[in-house]
Parts: sequence; C-alpha cells; structure tokens
Amino acid sequence: MAAKTQSTPWTKPAGKPTAGKVVPRPARTAQVQAYLPEFFKGLGLTMRHFFKNTKEMMLGQKADPVLESLSEGITTIMYPEEKRPYPERFRGVHRLTLRDDGSPRCVACLCCSTACPAQCIHIEPAEYPVGDARRGYERFPGSFVIDELRCVFCGFCVEACPCDAIRMDTGHHPVPYDSRDQFIYKKELLMTFTGRDGERLTENPRHEPGDPSHPGISRDQHH
Amino acid sequence: MEPLDEELEESALELPSEPMQLNMGPAHPAMHGTVRIVLELSGETITKADVQIGYLHRGFEKMCERGTWTQCFPYVDRLNYVSPMLNNVGFALAVEKMLGVTVPERCQYYRVALGELARICDHLVCNGAMAMELGAFTPFLYCARAREIIWDIFEEETGARVTHSFGRVGGMARPPTAMFKDMVRSGLPRLLFMVGETEKLLLKNRIFLDRLEGVGRVSKETAFALGWTGPTLRSTGAAYDVRRAHPYLVYDRMEFDVPVGSAGDNYDRFMCRQEEIRQSVRILEQVLDQMPDSGPVNIDDPRIVLPPKEEVYTTIEGTIQHFKIVMEGVKVPAGECYSYTEAGNGELGFYLVSDGSGTPYRVRIRPPCFAAVAGLQQLIEGAMIPDVIPTFGSMNMIGGECDH
Ligand code: SF4
Ligand code: SF4
Repeated sequence: MAAKTQSTPWTKPAGKPTAGKVVPRPARTAQVQAYLPEFFKGLGLTMRHFFKNTKEMMLGQKADPVLESLSEGITTIMYPEEKRPYPERFRGVHRLTLRDDGSPRCVACLCCSTACPAQCIHIEPAEYPVGDARRGYERFPGSFVIDELRCVFCGFCVEACPCDAIRMDTGHHPVPYDSRDQFIYKKELLMTFTGRDGERLTENPRHEPGDPSHPGISRDQHH
Repeated sequence: MEPLDEELEESALELPSEPMQLNMGPAHPAMHGTVRIVLELSGETITKADVQIGYLHRGFEKMCERGTWTQCFPYVDRLNYVSPMLNNVGFALAVEKMLGVTVPERCQYYRVALGELARICDHLVCNGAMAMELGAFTPFLYCARAREIIWDIFEEETGARVTHSFGRVGGMARPPTAMFKDMVRSGLPRLLFMVGETEKLLLKNRIFLDRLEGVGRVSKETAFALGWTGPTLRSTGAAYDVRRAHPYLVYDRMEFDVPVGSAGDNYDRFMCRQEEIRQSVRILEQVLDQMPDSGPVNIDDPRIVLPPKEEVYTTIEGTIQHFKIVMEGVKVPAGECYSYTEAGNGELGFYLVSDGSGTPYRVRIRPPCFAAVAGLQQLIEGAMIPDVIPTFGSMNMIGGECDH
C-alpha cells in the first residue's frame, strides 16, 4: 500500500509517474482463425445458460428474482405480478404530512419551491382567519400544487423543508395517466397519501398553536 | 430495338461517379447519443466525414447560472447519464475547491466507492453497446445484467437508479447505508463473472476481432494533439490517468494499475475498458477495507451544509441557518477555478466562476468525449462504412455531456 499521505482533494499534488499495464493483444491462434471451433464454444456457452434456465423454469427452481437477484439463472422480474420492493431511500411520489388535527404540516414558507430545480412546486400562502389560534403565528398553503411531470425526483424539496411537511417516502412511483393535467397534484391529493407504514403524521416534534398537543404558549404571551 | 452489338462510346459505359452522400444518424441505431455523421463515399470507402453534434444540446451551462450551486446537481446528473455519480463527485469537488474545504475521510472513501461503481457501469455500457452494434447481442445482455447489480446498489444508496442527485457541496446527501459494504462485496464477484462470460464470447470470436483489430488506429501524438484523455488516450500507450497523475480524494492510497494499449486501435480501447473494470473492482475492495464505518460524512460548517433536521425543527439557530442556505444558496467566494477528475471517458473538468453570491456566475464543463468525438473524423476517413460503427462505439460518445 502506498504511504498514507494527507490528501487534499482540491490541491491535487502531482502523483507518481505511472508505467501502465499493457493490455494483451488478440491471440490469433489457428483455432481462432478457423472460426468454427470458437463459434461452437460460444454457442455452447449460451446454450448452457439457455438449458439451465429452461430446466429451472420447468422444474420451478427459478431463483427468486428479488431475494436471490445475484444468483445465476433468470432473474427477470415478472412485473407487475412480481415487484421488487423499493428501497428505503427511494424517492417516490410526494406527500404532505399532517398535524394531529388533520391540517397540513406545511407553513407555506416556500423553501421547497425555492429549492426545486425544476420549479414545479407552486404554493399560494394564505393567512388563517381572524380568531384562529394560528393567525399571525404562521401561514398555511392556500394551494399547494406539484407538477409531477416536471418533477425530476431529486428530493431537494424534502431536504429543504424545515417542518418535515413534504416527503417522498410513499414508496410509489408516479402512476402513468392518460392526460397531462392528471399529473398536477393538488394539496388535497397530496394530503391523502401515506408513508409506507401507512402513517400520515410527521416526525417534526414542534407543536404549533392549534394542535391539540400544543402546550398553550401563544405569541401574545411571549411578548 | 437497338442491336445488341452496337458500338457504344467508351464514356457512355461509365457509371455516374460523383461521390455519394450518406447521412448516418441522428437517429441511427448505432449512433447512440444522437449524432449525425455525413459521409462522402466512394464505393464503400469514406472519403470525407463530417461529424455533427449538437442534437442533445440542452443549454446545461446556462441553466446552471439560474439556481444555486446545489441546484446544479440534477443537471450534472444528466451530463454523462451512464455514470452520473462521477459527475456528481466531480462537480462537488470543483465547488469545494472554490470554497477551499475538504470533506471528511469517510465521505472521501464513499465518493471513491460510488465513483468506481459508476465507472464500471460506464465501461460496461460502452463495451456492451459496442459489441451489440457489431451483432453480438448476448454479451450486451450480460453486460446489462452486470450493470443492473450496480444500479440496484445505487438505488439502495441514493434513492434513484440513474439520476441520483446525490452529491452535495461539502458532503453527500446521506451517509452510506448500513448494508453498503455488504451489497458491494456480494455484488462484485457476480459482476466479474458476467464480465468474464462477456469476454469468453467475444475475445476469441474472429468476426469481432477482425472488426476491431487495426481499425480506427490512432497514434499517441495525434491523441495528445486532439486532447484525448481517458481510455481513448490510454489505448495509444500513454499512461495518463487523473487518478494517478493528480490524485484526488483518496486515490493516492489505492493500489491499481493503469491499463494501456499498444496500437491505439478499437481493440485496445475495448480491452482498456475491460481491464479498467477489473482495476475498479480492485479499488473498490480496498475502499471497502479502509472505509470507516462511522464518523461524519458532511463537513462541519454551518455556512455550507444544511444543519441536521432535528436542529431545524427545534431550534431557531438551526432554522435560520437552514433558511439561509436554502434561500440564498451556499456562498462561494468570488473567483474562478478549474477542477478535473477522471470520469468514465476521461478528464471531466469543471471551470467555475463565482461572483461571491449563492448562484454560479459561469459553469463551464470540459466533457471528455467532446475531444474524442472531435477526433472521430480523422479516424474514419479512408475507412469503410462498417468501420464507423466500432470506431464510433469505442469513442463512447455521450450526447448529454458532449453537447454542452
Ligand atoms: S423532487 Fe426535486 S424536482 Fe421534484 S418537486 Fe421536489 S425539488 Fe422539485
Ligand atoms: S412543504 Fe415545507 S418547505 Fe414547502 S412550503 Fe411547506 S413548510 Fe415550506
């Protein structure tokens, strides 16, 4: 192993001169030149795969494409009968998380729409009506629209949300629809989606006024 | 009726012989990456070739000037869409160079590991597609199966198969998953097996050899003059690899060979890529042994990386930091820099200019395959039409990064 030097990725010290490992040139043996022997060898190789796969298919010994995806043989997933579960970090269709009282967690801070490189989130912030405990404390999204066709599923909105109000953990890919307007997801639809565990609530521990669990501190009392 | 034995003038018997123009592409099955080659033919020999790129031009550089530095990551994903992670890493390193910061050790290993996986992916696609275009479909499927192993790992790690958007300035979007090392360890032998099967089918096949050997030959001097890097340059015998010549991240701790060719023809380019897959596997094994299992992934600088979510939810300092970074972007000091890394096709450079704000003033990319495609014309002039296919295939032109 090379000596451990503190490497700095942005200064790029000149490395050692490299010799290079010469790759072999083709061996033009008589066997290769005659073509046919190697042709049959190659055929044998593909046939071996073919017969093995057919046998496994017939005898029902086919490897499970999900659990044994690295084993030999056919690992084709017969979608949609068989599905590969999406990984934990999979970025699927968005959802809006809810508070305990069923209202959206979102406070219409516009962080997500700013961070969105595709500019596909449109939010119209609205003020709570006079008399509401949350009025003057925070806003709510009057309309919250995501154009799932424009979305590039980068996950920046989730990262940008300071309230854990938007998430991409539904575990669903966007469904193919037959018209473009069906891809425009509105607030009401986004609020109906659940996470993979069927949960709609957020992990954000902060309780705003109006939540049943709110300890009862209001802005007026603070000032 | 004319009598058959009529005396004709000699010139009347000659066939019309103005050169024939042939358009290859932009939607030719072998022109992966949408490129058009206008060929002037005399018989089947190419007398003049005109390679026209630009069919995938999306204004990447201009788009980057619109958002924050972080918002460039989805764009760089789509430069070389066969190995997006190498672009992510390259761009992150470029911005970090401007900021003058170094990511923690664990992140460096993680970036090397993901980058090498992407490199394997790149070479598998290039070689597989090249074989497929020459009529060998089965090796392509084996390569695609091997690539699937890597994509599964990527999906598990980053949340998306191709467009990962996983790099961040000052770290990665997420730390490595708990199973990362195990997944790579179990996937690599299978991958090597598939690569071996591919070679068994191809390397003794006379048709394949005849179409590669001695075709598209290029000398070391020409390659240097054209600005080639990566496997296309190394196939001519020049052992230049950015990972070795100017090591970045932790490449200086890795033991690996730089495969070089001797003739600079298509066969050497093919074999260099095949050998590089093996070397990448070697690097990966060392990375897995050396990579710490715990420790920070992102740098500890609240001006660059987003604070942890718990802090954002509960403390006002965290929330403000978070807002500053999301709304204004990471403030990169005014100046300019050129940062270069070894991508799948060669030297991937980013030339960045910042005016001190959170938005790039200028992002310029030096795509490796741009130079390679620039040399294509020289290679195919004088050759036959069938030679275009493997020669073009071995350049591994990726439209996304070529048309910048
Ligand atoms: S995933 Fe990316 S593109 Fe899609 S809405 Fe979120 S930020 Fe926008
Ligand atoms: S979803 Fe989150 S980031 Fe977007 S407006 Fe609502 S609170 Fe802000």
